[in-house]
Amino acid sequence: MKRVILLACVIALGGMAVACAAADTASAGTKPYQVAIQNFAFAPKTLVVPAGTRVVWTNRDDEAHVITSAGALFASSKALDADDTYAVTFSKPGTYAYYCSIHPMMVGTIIVQ
Amino acid sequence: MDNDDSRSDGRRQFLKCMAWAGAGTLWLMKGGVLHAQPLNESATTTDASFSFVQISDSHIGFHKAPNPDVAGTLRRSLAMINAQKTRPAFLLHTGDLTHLSKPEEFDTLSGLMQEARVGRRFYVPGEHDVIGDNGAEFFRRFGEKQHAGGWYSFDHNGAHFVGLINVLNLKAGGLGSLSADQLAWLKNDLAGLSAETPVVVFAHMPLWPLYPPWGWGTDDSGEALSYLRRFGSVTVLNGHIHQIQQKVEGNITFYTARSTAYPQPAPGDGPGPGPLQSVKPEALHRYLGIRDVRHVRAGGALAVTDEVLT
Repeated sequence: MKRVILLACVIALGGMAVACAAADTASAGTKPYQVAIQNFAFAPKTLVVPAGTRVVWTNRDDEAHVITSAGALFASSKALDADDTYAVTFSKPGTYAYYCSIHPMMVGTIIVQ
Repeated sequence: MDNDDSRSDGRRQFLKCMAWAGAGTLWLMKGGVLHAQPLNESATTTDASFSFVQISDSHIGFHKAPNPDVAGTLRRSLAMINAQKTRPAFLLHTGDLTHLSKPEEFDTLSGLMQEARVGRRFYVPGEHDVIGDNGAEFFRRFGEKQHAGGWYSFDHNGAHFVGLINVLNLKAGGLGSLSADQLAWLKNDLAGLSAETPVVVFAHMPLWPLYPPWGWGTDDSGEALSYLRRFGSVTVLNGHIHQIQQKVEGNITFYTARSTAYPQPAPGDGPGPGPLQSVKPEALHRYLGIRDVRHVRAGGALAVTDEVLT
């Protein structure tokens, strides 16, 4: 199980060793994972996290965006203006597809293990 | 120091530059083909039976580069409308009145629009006007209330106008959407009209696949256009992309309008369709403006003029 989490962490953070080590020592659910909203896209587009993780989106665009769950599996954000953030804690394993409700070509996925 | 000076002077400089004169082009549509001529040749406007004006994408609440004063530029646009020789019969606002659908943004927009000396004002929402409540506040304030879905039509001097909603219930990975209900209504709305009736359709997002990678299109617009092809003169007016783009397809001519707030990049130019921040304050007015449309009695053609802010 630990091996799976570590692998997921490497994928999600693009091999950032320091952050990964921190995630490994901290218990699941204390370290938020970050998704940047930049240039009308989510980065990373797919994020794999352990159950109980808090995911934080930060709008780096000067355009507004709205985080919306496909199938309403989690609450939508309000309109995120430039530099606004939105956080969701994912307690149950599953695949959570989401998009920007006002720019629906922007899609992303949170995979909770 | 220099940087600090220019920053503190930004707004004054910006407003001063708004006073610079701009140029415009008159577009005449004849049988689906566009003819351009300078704005100052007024001969062709004398046979107009009526005119109307389109403005779009005011984004009240936006406060960043390249336009820290979107209320000011909207006001300038309305002043240009008021300066027209002939008072426009009505005004169409093709959406994104506000930036974040906030009540105070709607209040500001509503107050400013009272300055437009036009017969009537018609609105359709942009995606920025329907955040959080599926447009309830927008429709309460600005809706025509003909149908639950918000779409509507009206006739003016023999021309038929249709306001469509394509910014609600958008699907992940998709473009703008009209929905089956609205399409059924549109088909029925157009059914009784003779093919000689000039038809003007307006909606926020482009009703043709202008640049789908940036969401510039409407998924089910093809169905709507199939109802319009039998007409001799169809004009489609959209906003959303903050710049003028035109396309002719048979007897259907498509136009997108400039914003009254800020420009966006040309399709595919750069990483995304955000505000064009590189535009300098002294150049901004050339990217903003209004659209004036005159109905020319002979042949039922529409003459379309775009004017930048002066």
